[in-house]
Amino acid sequence: MNEEEDLDNIIEVKNLTKEFDDLLAVDQIDFKIKRGEIFGLLGPNGAGKTTTVRMMTGVFSIEKGSVKIDGFNMQDNSFQAKKRISVVPELANAYQELTAKENIMFIANLYGLSGNTIEKKAERLLAKFGLSDRMNHKVKNFSKGMRQRVNICMALVNDPEIIFMDEPTSGLDVESRRLIRSIISDLKNEGKTILLTTHDIPEASNICNKIAIMDKGKIAAIDTPDNLKDTIQSTQSVKINLNQQISFDFNQWEQVNKVEEEGNSYRIYTDCPGVVINKTVDLLREKNIEIKALNTMKPSLEDVFVELTKGENNED
Amino acid sequence: MRTNIIKLKMKQIYTLAKKNIKIYYMEPPVLIFGVLFPAFLFLAFYQGRSLSPQKFIPGLVAIIFFFGGSSVGPYITPWETNTKTLERVLSTPTSVMMLILGDIMSGVLFGISLSILILILGVVIFHITIQNIALTLLAIIVSAFCFASLGSLFSALPTDKPSNVMMISNLIRLPVIFISGVFVPIGELPGVAQFLAPFSPVTYVTDLMRYLLGNAHYFSVIRNFISLIIFSVVIFGLALFFHKQTMLKRI
Repeated sequence: MNEEEDLDNIIEVKNLTKEFDDLLAVDQIDFKIKRGEIFGLLGPNGAGKTTTVRMMTGVFSIEKGSVKIDGFNMQDNSFQAKKRISVVPELANAYQELTAKENIMFIANLYGLSGNTIEKKAERLLAKFGLSDRMNHKVKNFSKGMRQRVNICMALVNDPEIIFMDEPTSGLDVESRRLIRSIISDLKNEGKTILLTTHDIPEASNICNKIAIMDKGKIAAIDTPDNLKDTIQSTQSVKINLNQQISFDFNQWEQVNKVEEEGNSYRIYTDCPGVVINKTVDLLREKNIEIKALNTMKPSLEDVFVELTKGENNED
Repeated sequence: MRTNIIKLKMKQIYTLAKKNIKIYYMEPPVLIFGVLFPAFLFLAFYQGRSLSPQKFIPGLVAIIFFFGGSSVGPYITPWETNTKTLERVLSTPTSVMMLILGDIMSGVLFGISLSILILILGVVIFHITIQNIALTLLAIIVSAFCFASLGSLFSALPTDKPSNVMMISNLIRLPVIFISGVFVPIGELPGVAQFLAPFSPVTYVTDLMRYLLGNAHYFSVIRNFISLIIFSVVIFGLALFFHKQTMLKRI
C-alpha cells in the first residue's frame, strides 16, 4: 500500500487481540477503514464484534495489537483519538432522569464544548430528529425509538469524524429504523466515517461500502458487499415457482448442492445453473407441471454470511 | 496544550459531579443512609444524656459527615451499571479516574453541605462557638474527600444493585463509628476500641471537631490532619485501583 492510500485510512486496526480469562474474544484481527466509508462489521452473536468496537473506542483496554484513529494511537494517545470519535452503543441509554437536552449538553461538556453555540447545536439536532417539542422532557418518559434518537443526537453533538454505531436499529419500530437509516445516509453524504455493527444483513448490504464478517474472534472475510457475494459463486441458485408441488428430490442431481422448499416454490443451489435449468424444464415438461416463474439468483450477503460462519448463532 | 487538557479534565469532573447532583442527591437511599439513619442513630445514643451542644455537636457533625459523604458514591456506579450509561461516558475523552473523581466530587459537596448546615444550626440555635473558621473549613474539605473516596471504594464492588453496596457499606460503617470516639471520647473508650481507634478516619474528624469547638481532644491537630490526608490518599488509590479492575465487568 502506498503512502497516499495510508493517509486515506482514518482507522487502522493491527493484530488486535482480547482475552477474557480463558476466552479469546478477538483473535489478531487487522483491517483499515477509509475516510468517508461506511464499514459494516457482521457476525453471529459472540463473534467478537462488540468487544472489537469497545477496544476501538477506548472503553476496553488494548493489551495486544493496536488501533489508530486518524493517526492517533488509542493506547498511547487515547485523549486525541477519542476526541475524533463518538459512539452509539448497543445497550447504552441516555440518563433517564435528565431531559433530552441535558443529556446532549452533558456529553458536549465531556468533550469540553459549552456555551450558547453548543446549546443551539443541541436544539438543532433535536429539531432534526423530530424531538423539538420534547427537548425539555425527561428521557424516562420517551419511547425506545425516541431514546435511540436522543442517543444519536448525543453522538453527533461533538461533530465527530468517525461514528461507531452498534446495532443502531435493533429493536426499533419501522418508522424509527427508516429514520435512522436516512440519518446514516445523510452522515455519509457529509463525509463522516461510520463503523456499523449489525445483525441486519440486508441493511448492511445496502448501506455499507465495505463489510467485514467476524467469526470466533477472527475476520472471516472483508471486502465490498458485491465482491463478497462473488467469493461464493458456488451458492448461485435457481428459483422456481410451480403451480403445484412436485414429488422429486432435486438433490439426486450431482450439480445440486442444496434445495430449499417452501410450498410450491423451490430454491436449488448449484455451481451450474444452466444445466440445472435445462434438467428442471425437461423434468417439469415430462411431469406436465406448469412453471409460473423461474429465476437464477446470485448469492445474497446472507448466503455469504451463513457460508462463512456456518450458520453459527452462539449466544454472547 | 497541557493547560487546555487540564482545563478539560477539570470541566469533566465538574460535569460528572453536576450530573450526579441532579440525579442522585434526592434519591431515597442516599437521603435515608446519608442523613436520616446517622441522625437518628446519634440521637438514640444521646437521648437522656445531659451534654451541652458544644460537646455533642462534634460527634453529630462527624457521624453525619461520615455517612453523608460516603453515601452518594455507593449509589452511583452500581446504578449506572444497571442503567447502562457507563459505556458512552468512557468512550468520550475521559477516563475511569475522571469518572471516579466526578463521583467523589459529588460526595464531597454532599458531605460539606450537610456538615456546614449542622454547624450553622449549632451556631444559630445552640450558640456554639467555632474556634477557628479557616481550620474548620480545611478540616471539612479534607474529611469530605476522605469519606467520599470511601464511598467510591465501596462502589467498586462489581454489582448493578445499589442495595448490595449499601448493605456492605453499612456493615463496615456501623462498627467503625463505635471505635471512633463519636459517642464516647477516645480517652474513655474500652481498651480494644481505644487500640483500634487510630485505624479509623472518623476518629480524626471527631477529634478535630472536638478541638475546633473548644473541647478536649486526644490527638494533636497536626496528627489529625496528616492522618486524614494519608487515609484520603490511600482510600482514593484503592478506589481507583479497584474501579479499574472491575470496570470491564460493568459494561
